[in-house]
Amino acid sequence: MAAGTGSGRTVSATFSPVRGWLLLPSWLVIGIFLLVPVLLMLVYSFLTKEFRGGVIWEFSLAAYDQFVFDRGLFGDDPPTIEWAYITIFVRSILQALGATVLCLLIGFPTAYFIATRPANTRAIWLFLVTIPYWVNLLIRTVSMKFLIRDNGPLNEALLAIGVIDAPLQLINTNFAVQLGLFYSYLPFMVLPIYASVERYNFALSEAASDLYAPKWTILRSILLPVVMPGIIAGCILVFVPSLGAFLAPDLLGGAKTFMIGSLIEEQFKGNAGNWPFGAAASMILLSMVLVVLLFYARAQSREQT
Amino acid sequence: MTSAIALNGVRKDFGTFTALSNVSFDIKDNEFFTLLGPSGCGKTTLLRLIAGFEDTTAGTIHLYGEEIENLPPNKRPVNTVFQNYALFPHMNVAENIGFALKMLGWPKADITLRVAEMVEMVQLGQFVHRKPSQLSGGQQQRVALARAMAPKPKVLLLDEPLSALDLKLRQEMRTELKRLQRETGITFIFVTHDQEEALSMSDRIAVMSSGAVQQIGSPNQIYENPANRFVADFIGETNLIASRVDTADGMNVVCSLADGEVLTALANSPLGPGATGVVSIRPESLTVTKTAPKGESLRGTLGDAVYFGTDTQYTVLLAQELTLKVRMQNQFIASQALAKGDPVFVSIADGAARFLVD
Repeated sequence: MAAGTGSGRTVSATFSPVRGWLLLPSWLVIGIFLLVPVLLMLVYSFLTKEFRGGVIWEFSLAAYDQFVFDRGLFGDDPPTIEWAYITIFVRSILQALGATVLCLLIGFPTAYFIATRPANTRAIWLFLVTIPYWVNLLIRTVSMKFLIRDNGPLNEALLAIGVIDAPLQLINTNFAVQLGLFYSYLPFMVLPIYASVERYNFALSEAASDLYAPKWTILRSILLPVVMPGIIAGCILVFVPSLGAFLAPDLLGGAKTFMIGSLIEEQFKGNAGNWPFGAAASMILLSMVLVVLLFYARAQSREQT
Repeated sequence: MTSAIALNGVRKDFGTFTALSNVSFDIKDNEFFTLLGPSGCGKTTLLRLIAGFEDTTAGTIHLYGEEIENLPPNKRPVNTVFQNYALFPHMNVAENIGFALKMLGWPKADITLRVAEMVEMVQLGQFVHRKPSQLSGGQQQRVALARAMAPKPKVLLLDEPLSALDLKLRQEMRTELKRLQRETGITFIFVTHDQEEALSMSDRIAVMSSGAVQQIGSPNQIYENPANRFVADFIGETNLIASRVDTADGMNVVCSLADGEVLTALANSPLGPGATGVVSIRPESLTVTKTAPKGESLRGTLGDAVYFGTDTQYTVLLAQELTLKVRMQNQFIASQALAKGDPVFVSIADGAARFLVD
């Protein structure tokens, strides 16, 4: 009410005739560019595939069936479980988890460091963290490839200082993919953790120390639980895009590191793809992400009570 | 009996800023000791040095005879009640209170007993399973107290613990704190900028200003016999009038004011004639009358009156643009009709004037 006392009208009263319309652009953008594509994918995943890409408007469960069952070359053998795609999914989850853990291990100390600098220098540190992200993701991933290849600078340096005798096989491994994902999404981990550590009341650490807690206990049972919402938000922000990424696996991984993102990409590339199958894989990926988010929402609401 | 806390030449610098310079005094066992001063006087810094959150630049701190200034906070048998409580937001009341006991490795059964005892002590029985965010300010304050007292510290440090509470609650908590201190026999070191709080609760008060102790004494000593101009001005209300000593007999001096009026006062140190300083007279030690009273009095003109319920504060204008604040109980004023502009006489209660040398 205080906002409107001068004119006798509140701000919300002033805008009430047009309030619905002011939100219209947002609703349009979200509706057209977010909901419609997802619904389109949902519909496509239940259609029949056209051999040169595209779909035939005929209801079919074939895409989902193909994902789970192997019915032989001509589709008339007795169904057996098709492990190929399930393996790709499991691998994607593990790769995304690996990248998330890497981001957390590096991102938490980084965020903590920045949040504990004097207030006037924090913006500079944050800016430094985001500088690499002004460069295109593709370029960054390719340069990562050059950095870690067998006779790249990293191996040369390690050889030169005598840590290793032969070049490390980094490129085309799972680790290379995790490294690429880590490099792609690190700020998504650093920024939310920074935000929560920056709001953390360091008197709590002093109080714990005053109440006989040693340093590690303060970290484990006071600081970490209090900034946990930031950590969880960071993990989700890294895990979700890592799960569907295809640039890092394509460029840094080999055939054995194929991930969901690449699988889906292949279905829509050129005219050799299978649109309903790609759509179905997307829907399965989306459901998995939703499960993760629901888990998070439940944890959050439990925290509130 | 060794003292609870012995400070010897304690100094603390933050960069080029000296927060505390050469502080030395003792705090007795079982004492309710208050550090009083305006913000920035170094009182909180001193508390943080005793708690161990800051390192001393120089000097020593002894706790019951043991040197503690090199120990980290978690190795010192003192506990702190923080200004904004610093309760752990993810733990409920019982977990907050039991935290220190868990850290000290008490057996579970003992922790449960002690927590129940503390919850009883601060009357929070029905709230043990609540999180701090679900408690009122006063309740959070009680949890902070119980949490700090649970491990039976030898000394309890309180950093402006009442400043976040509203007036009524603050007054209740004063009585409560005093009761807890008496019942538990723990030495309390209480930091505040509120003189009323300090006067009403403390056994002894250290008045601090710009990183140094100005005076240590009982509330009565500090109020009645301020050591210097700062203490007189900071504690309670007073009239400070520039003055010069005419004749001196030990601590008793006869001094003259700028307008030529002469009065007798008690000096804060032995002085000779010619010394300059201020005369401090509390408003409640002054009486205004329309007729000349017996003994010493000052002539003046009555200025504004402000009504305070039980008493009234008058401004009296003396010659040479000197003004005096006079505070009189209303039941004694009723008999005489005083009006603004009346010529009046101001008399000083016996022994109420203090001469404070510059």
